[in-house]
Amino acid sequence: MLKVENLHLYYGDAQALSDVSLNVPDGEIVAIVGANGAGKSSLIRTLAGIEKPAQGTITFDGQDITGQPSYKVCELGLGQVAEGRQIFPSMTIKENLEMGAVINRGRAHAERNFERATTIFPRLKERLDQAAGTLSGGEQQMLAIGRCLMGEPKMIMFDEPSLGLAPALVQEVFQVIHRLNDEGITVVLVEQNVAVSLKMANHAYVLENGHMVMEGTGESLLNDDRVRQAYLGL
Amino acid sequence: MERIFGGVPKRALGLLGLMIASLIIAPAIVNAYVLSVILITLYFAYVGQAWNLMMGYAGQLSLGHTLYVGLGAYTSAALFVHFGISPLIGLFVGMAIAVAAGALIGSMAFRFGIGGVYFALLTIAFAEFTRILFEHFDWVGAMGGFFLPVENRDSSDFLNLRGGPVMFYYVILFLCFAALGVNQWLLRSRLGYYWMAIREDQEAAQAVGINTFRYKMIAVMISAAMTALGGVFIAFYYNNLFPADAFGMHRSIELILAPIIGGMGTLFGPILGAFILTPLGEGLTILMESMGVKAAGVKQLFYGVILLVIIRFVPGGVWPLISKKLGIDKRMKGKSE
Repeated sequence: MLKVENLHLYYGDAQALSDVSLNVPDGEIVAIVGANGAGKSSLIRTLAGIEKPAQGTITFDGQDITGQPSYKVCELGLGQVAEGRQIFPSMTIKENLEMGAVINRGRAHAERNFERATTIFPRLKERLDQAAGTLSGGEQQMLAIGRCLMGEPKMIMFDEPSLGLAPALVQEVFQVIHRLNDEGITVVLVEQNVAVSLKMANHAYVLENGHMVMEGTGESLLNDDRVRQAYLGL
Repeated sequence: MERIFGGVPKRALGLLGLMIASLIIAPAIVNAYVLSVILITLYFAYVGQAWNLMMGYAGQLSLGHTLYVGLGAYTSAALFVHFGISPLIGLFVGMAIAVAAGALIGSMAFRFGIGGVYFALLTIAFAEFTRILFEHFDWVGAMGGFFLPVENRDSSDFLNLRGGPVMFYYVILFLCFAALGVNQWLLRSRLGYYWMAIREDQEAAQAVGINTFRYKMIAVMISAAMTALGGVFIAFYYNNLFPADAFGMHRSIELILAPIIGGMGTLFGPILGAFILTPLGEGLTILMESMGVKAAGVKQLFYGVILLVIIRFVPGGVWPLISKKLGIDKRMKGKSE
């Protein structure tokens, strides 16, 4: 579904990604783990079309999307739930969800996806006319995921979806990601919560200082001594 | 009309109607001086709305907005003086040139990800070097100024925007409330929601697939066109143009005070801000003169103090407060402060 080859990204002179390659097969969950500043978010932002890579190719669903702006990438069905719950605080929940369907792809199925999002997150349905800024952190994360679903994505990239959430909510967010994957959405998961994400993932990559240093099945990385030492503190 | 007034509380419509009605009959009641104060208030309410569209709605800070005033003013005046072209035609040329300038600034900035304060600096730079350009532009009088022939002040010739103060008064009154209608319509359109999304969180707007470059450009261009129209008005009203005055930094600041004080991102804020600020400033000038004090710049000082007070105590502007009091505060399209 998504194939990345030899990606290089610079912020001015600083290199954020160096020769990064990865492959996300259709229908799988692929985790990308790494420390703070390893380049995980930079990678997601580049794939989403927000940053332009200096070199390398990104192919999504058979199409070359390298350097394409985000609105074109979204239109092809590559959605993202960005870090830090980027919702529109003074819009209502309903308006936030509607904003998820601004692309043609989402507009065509807006009603169905609205049903879907509010079924998955019944708490959102209860307060459709409430300003999104008044929601709790967990609810905002749900809204961000729901809004992404409004765009009818084939694949969703989650950037730190559990960051700053209470343990019970973390659980719920991961369950939702599982459920979406079961429904056929391919998932890229970037997480600091390494243990959980490796358990969930079919395949995983380890990013260090902008380089992909390791890859393997989620389970094999979970049992790898280096990973256990560096990221699980075992 | 449904499209324009839908969603506005009845009470607000009533108050607005009352305000427009009293402004329409004002020339029959007030004296020439008061009328000129209301006229200039309406002018600031108009250009404030134009600026608010870009900053308040789409979140793009322009501190060189007088650039568009100046371009609209000089273009229409030059076409009239040199070629006898009516400003009713010239205004389209002036607006087109302002839109082109806005598109140039916008494409330079937005293409290369220049935002926030840096974008604002770029707008100042453009206004400043356009000023310097016009100071050496002999065709329109350079530093010496450019003058429109003053004639037939008794009869109104609307087609050439030549006439007395009452004609100009009605022109700017129309522009001011036409702008209100246009803004309300824009805000309720898809465009308005895209702007709001970009203002609230540009990255989130990108993430949902909004073409942020395009919609920011549209905001700049509409705002530039509206502002340039204000420039056409002011050129034909004052009949003289000087580069330092048309493009000067102080003009840009003056232009944004009303929307900031009234409430950025709100529909009515710029109008309210102008009606607070301009009469107070004028009143202060009269008061100082009557006391025999000739302190140049006291009005600017006064504006500065008001601005400080507003930013300190009601950063969202006065309109959100008042609309709540009047019971007409539907959820603000603007800031959630």
